[in-house]
Amino acid sequence: MKNPDAKAKIFQLPELTYRVWKVWRRNVDVFMKTWKVNFFPPLLEPIFYLAALGTGLGYYLGTQIEGYSYTQFIAPGIVAITIMYSSFFECTYGSFVRMYYQRTFDAIIATPISIEEVIAGEILWGATRAVIGGGIVLAVVAAFGLISSPLFALILVVAFFSGLMFSAMAMCFTALAPSIDFFNYPQYLFITPMFVLGGTFFPVAKLPEALQVFAQAVLPLTHTVNLARWLMFGSSELSIVISIVWIAAVTPFFFVLAVNLMKRKLVK
Amino acid sequence: MVHCVLPLTSGILSVAGMNVSEKPREIKKMIGVAPQEENLDPDFSVTTNLLVYARYFDIPREDALKRVENLLRFAQLEDKRDVRIDQLSTGMKRRLILARALINEPQVLLLDEPTTGLDPQARHLIWDKVRSLKKQGVTIILTTHYMDEAAELCDRTLIMDNGKIIEVGKPAELVKKHVGEDVLEVDYDPEVLKFLQERFPEARLETAGDRIRVFTDQPHGVFEDFLKDFPAKGATIRNANLEDVFLKLTGRQLRE
Repeated sequence: MKNPDAKAKIFQLPELTYRVWKVWRRNVDVFMKTWKVNFFPPLLEPIFYLAALGTGLGYYLGTQIEGYSYTQFIAPGIVAITIMYSSFFECTYGSFVRMYYQRTFDAIIATPISIEEVIAGEILWGATRAVIGGGIVLAVVAAFGLISSPLFALILVVAFFSGLMFSAMAMCFTALAPSIDFFNYPQYLFITPMFVLGGTFFPVAKLPEALQVFAQAVLPLTHTVNLARWLMFGSSELSIVISIVWIAAVTPFFFVLAVNLMKRKLVK
Repeated sequence: MVHCVLPLTSGILSVAGMNVSEKPREIKKMIGVAPQEENLDPDFSVTTNLLVYARYFDIPREDALKRVENLLRFAQLEDKRDVRIDQLSTGMKRRLILARALINEPQVLLLDEPTTGLDPQARHLIWDKVRSLKKQGVTIILTTHYMDEAAELCDRTLIMDNGKIIEVGKPAELVKKHVGEDVLEVDYDPEVLKFLQERFPEARLETAGDRIRVFTDQPHGVFEDFLKDFPAKGATIRNANLEDVFLKLTGRQLRE
């Protein structure tokens, strides 16, 4: 049916019940079926980064960044990148495959679960992936003795909320994607800039001024990195209040948008 | 629309006295849906598909395990319980979809073309299951393009064309009403056609492809008599069926 007020409804608050968890549980069950594959490769990736960039590249840098060794400096960046990748790819490629190729969403909405709850469950699962991925990397970083603040465990909380944010954004792309190839756009135009410009491998302050503004105002990862760095070392580039407010403001916006965009896409 | 996924375009739709726009969850709880497109969960085995689906309906695990056992038996999938979905044949998938639609013990079952693409054995197995569910008192709404399937299974048939209901009734009554008892088919020949028109002035003659079909509501035997006098090429006499009704009412143009 053509919905004349579809535009107006794009920011409608979704009605959600406990059934969101059933969608989440489905994804947990699939994940746990192959948990070995899901846990061990992500464990190795940060080791490669720390070895290549921290030890290798860091040797030639020779200087400390803001009082930390280069390996230490990039540690929160690597954790944050994993948080971003885990959630963003789960809710783009992962959700798209479930929606389009497997028709899993169609099967679920024939039960008492609503489409809004399916999308919310998927986003919640994306956030869970961020916690799992971030947690694994955090454990590696801690094992290398790179952390100096006891607050570092709170990075898991940051992982969850950042994961929600990235998943919600990813889900908006999924709602707009005509085909799976479409994800090249967000991957190269959104994820890659964050990977290199988000304060991950060098301070945002060393960017040209225009890019500094861009990195802080537009790129979500900058704030995840900032919070992770603060929780690891007790100090960071930007005020953590700004980062918390930024994530807290942006996440609900994209969450509501994602649910409504997906509803519009799937209910025709 | 009946299972509360698509919004209504107009009018009011209620299932078991509940309005679909107001009580979608209550309705979805009591209906089972077996879609035409295979949407089993490829990430799970046969049993897990049913168990996860039971969870969507809030069925307690103990209860779900019992139901899954019964449904595996019902769908003759007991040997396949731990098999992944991509290793099932089309017929097995259809049976599993049917079993999945029954996990909540629905009062209303929606079957969307349940036998499309199946071999005769698999098709008859599904038919048997549908009949046994009918006997248990489940209301079944079945859509199909196979007129023999509709005639075989349905108590009431709705013929739809371009989204509009154009005829309603019991299959046998519809056949009698629209196409009569017997049909004579012969190979096309202008001579034969002329002759048939003279012999059966009241009958409906249809030429399609290279065949002539004669529909009459006269009693059995008239065509046999005719063939004795005039042994036309490629002649067969058969019972009129629901397919004749459908083609008469909707025409022979492709519906695309």
